[in-house]
Amino acid sequence: MSEPARATARPPEAERRRDDDRAVQRDEQSSEASPTTGADAAIAALAAGGVEHVFGVQGGAIMPVYDALAEADAAPTHVTMAHEQAAAHAADAYGQVTGEPGVCMATSGPGATNLVTGIADADMDSDPVVALTGQVPTAFLGNDAFQETDTVGVTRPITKENYVAGEPDAVGPSVGEAIELAGAGRPGPTLVDLPKDATTGETTGEAPEAGLPEYYEAPERAEQSAVADAAEALTDAERPLVLAGGGVVKAEASPALRAFVERFDVPVVTTMPGIGAVPEDDERCLSFAGMHGTGAANMAISHTDCLFAIGTRFDDRLTGGVETFAPEAEVIHADIDAAEISKNVEADYPLVGDAAAVVEQVHEAFDARTADATERYADWREQCREWEAEYPMTYAAPADEPLKPQFVVEAADAATPDDAIVTTGVGQHQMWAAQYWTYRSPRCWVSSHGLGTMGYGLPAAIGAKVAEPDREVVCFEGDGSFLMTLQELSVAARENLDVTVIVLNNEAIGMVRQWQDAFFEGRHTASEYGWMPEFEPIAEAFGAKGFTLDSYDEVADTLEAAFAHDGPSVVDARIDPRENVYPMVPSGGDNSGFALSEGQL
Amino acid sequence: MSGESPGDAGFADPDADRDGLQGPGPDERERPSGRRSAEGARVDPEAEASHPERRTTISALVKHEPGVLAEVAGLVSRRRFDIDSLTVGPTTNPETARMTLTIEEPEPGVRQVEKQLAKLVPVISVRELDRDAVRRELAVLKMHDDDPAAVEAVAEMFDARTLDAEPGTVTVEVTGSSAEVDRAIEAFQRFGVRELTRTGTAALARGSEWTTDAEESRYERQRTDAASAGSTPTTEGARAHTDDD
Repeated sequence: MSEPARATARPPEAERRRDDDRAVQRDEQSSEASPTTGADAAIAALAAGGVEHVFGVQGGAIMPVYDALAEADAAPTHVTMAHEQAAAHAADAYGQVTGEPGVCMATSGPGATNLVTGIADADMDSDPVVALTGQVPTAFLGNDAFQETDTVGVTRPITKENYVAGEPDAVGPSVGEAIELAGAGRPGPTLVDLPKDATTGETTGEAPEAGLPEYYEAPERAEQSAVADAAEALTDAERPLVLAGGGVVKAEASPALRAFVERFDVPVVTTMPGIGAVPEDDERCLSFAGMHGTGAANMAISHTDCLFAIGTRFDDRLTGGVETFAPEAEVIHADIDAAEISKNVEADYPLVGDAAAVVEQVHEAFDARTADATERYADWREQCREWEAEYPMTYAAPADEPLKPQFVVEAADAATPDDAIVTTGVGQHQMWAAQYWTYRSPRCWVSSHGLGTMGYGLPAAIGAKVAEPDREVVCFEGDGSFLMTLQELSVAARENLDVTVIVLNNEAIGMVRQWQDAFFEGRHTASEYGWMPEFEPIAEAFGAKGFTLDSYDEVADTLEAAFAHDGPSVVDARIDPRENVYPMVPSGGDNSGFALSEGQL
Repeated sequence: MSGESPGDAGFADPDADRDGLQGPGPDERERPSGRRSAEGARVDPEAEASHPERRTTISALVKHEPGVLAEVAGLVSRRRFDIDSLTVGPTTNPETARMTLTIEEPEPGVRQVEKQLAKLVPVISVRELDRDAVRRELAVLKMHDDDPAAVEAVAEMFDARTLDAEPGTVTVEVTGSSAEVDRAIEAFQRFGVRELTRTGTAALARGSEWTTDAEESRYERQRTDAASAGSTPTTEGARAHTDDD
């Protein structure tokens, strides 16, 4: 294959800002004069907020901020993305991997509206993201000026809070508050709209220290009486189950939860965003529950009599129909957001607080009540193990059929270190990546859950790699999903980001095709492409390394070569187009009635 | 096409030839017998609790800044809360405004409205008002004036005030509780109401009780600020922010 033509396009190593310089730069900055324009203030606020990387796309109204970024002595490193949606996803993944707000930047109008999908994605998954958008000068606002969009109006329903910094002095405090707020309490996206006259105008003085908005409170510990009641419920339970949601990951509550689970020997299931909160190779972990969760997880959640749910919002993909969700369970619901309590599933024991703190509180209260929990739950644990044995994830992989996608996922897992980060798009490939990769740590699984954004995978891989340059980053994509954002290969090649994209290519919007077979009498309307470009030469044209994979005996070698390649690579894995994702609970269905094959749907 | 068959890695079974996964089918499993209501509450077979809808008033003290009304209205609309009215106006403190919502929701819905409102960053404090809260609405009605004496008699009965009387029309103002205003409008219908405009509910907690939790501290703070400044608190910030709402 031809050598990528990227070397000339990339700036020499010396000109690129490196991580190790940054700390020094920030120290120097603190003694310097205060920013002189609104744009300088924006960059200073980013630096003061500890922001090290920004993902963005240039444009008219944001140009002053970019100019200040280049001029500032202490400034985050900027990664120029091909499309603003990708900038938002990269920032989102950066936030998921680091736990610190990921920052994206775009111009007004189409720049801002292109960010919207990524912001909505971050909002649904409670990921800390800060978006800075250019805006037309305030004098033009409301006149339908060139590239004017009511960005704050458009993003109001999908942000924790958004701001218009309408004058130079408002820029620094707004950006500072947006960074603080994005990561505080239940994380989420914030946005600051920056009219051009506010960023070019002179500031009048020292910006005040950034802080959380007045009256913003995130609860830390749950009320002790509620904790005592919850511990009492666990003491009385025969079949307790822990449900670990994404909030466990966000609150860094995994160590506390692992300690709880080990001490009381309670079975655990996770939600999809909670994957990795408890090691999936721990015998107590039944993997994830819900629409495509494991049989054991869905049986356990359907039969538990006491569900200790932590940091989950009971999404319908988890619960199926709420009428049949954990129908025999008293629900202990721990969440930092009081509004999640009894929103979808009524909480018998609401615990409002930080996941790590609440788990420790319950641990302590439960410990004081019971010495023999371990023995009491023995039958229940045995039952869960039986379910695991009854419902293995074993898939048929006969030699005379095309390559099975599950095999590719398992082989990639085997070929990479335990701390590898997996990102995905949305569709069948996402579910196989969730099911057949064994996640042992939090923040290794980076996906688009609530919004279900096809095309999330590659931009997310870029964000993850920038956050963790020394870890392996593997992106699973579907052919349909990949086509939505594959232009970002140009970014991965330009920045020489060593990410490996594995396209599980079935030449279809496979999940839609699967639903059409099950629920639309097999009419494959607009789901089968019938023609798909070849991803290997596409990858090469972008300056990445391309591979094609279509038989079992090539899998190990091809994946090894792709992982070994120093730079981005794309593996076009031609998989069995008839393969479906199971188990499957139909939308709104009963989790205990999961189908194992199409005939059961 | 595939050459060699997959090895013994993980869950691959080269000898199997079937669709999907193995295990007892849905009909062969032990299934739970319990149920939840559509609202996610566990159904107690002994005493099924149902939540009837009720009409109630929620007061929210908010920061007086651009976009708050849009934020609250957007929240109510996108979460499909059943709302009868929403009013917004100034308070004793120029930095804050009060929003009063009348809603019709079952108990869990009322709690959701409260908590979702409280979560909005510019919202300072939220509370559902007690049944005995002081509530007022205002309606302005313009009627055909074919029988002035009869209009006058009805107006008197409902304590309505005549705002304008010209040949052909008479315009009256009615204030009262929501039900009183309803009754007055109904009574005036016999004269033919040409046009009607009506406010939402303005409400405060009764007696010495504060309407929401943050009222007292904000009231006290304002008094302290005023005393230390030797004048009324500055309204500069508030003025700069009122254009949008």
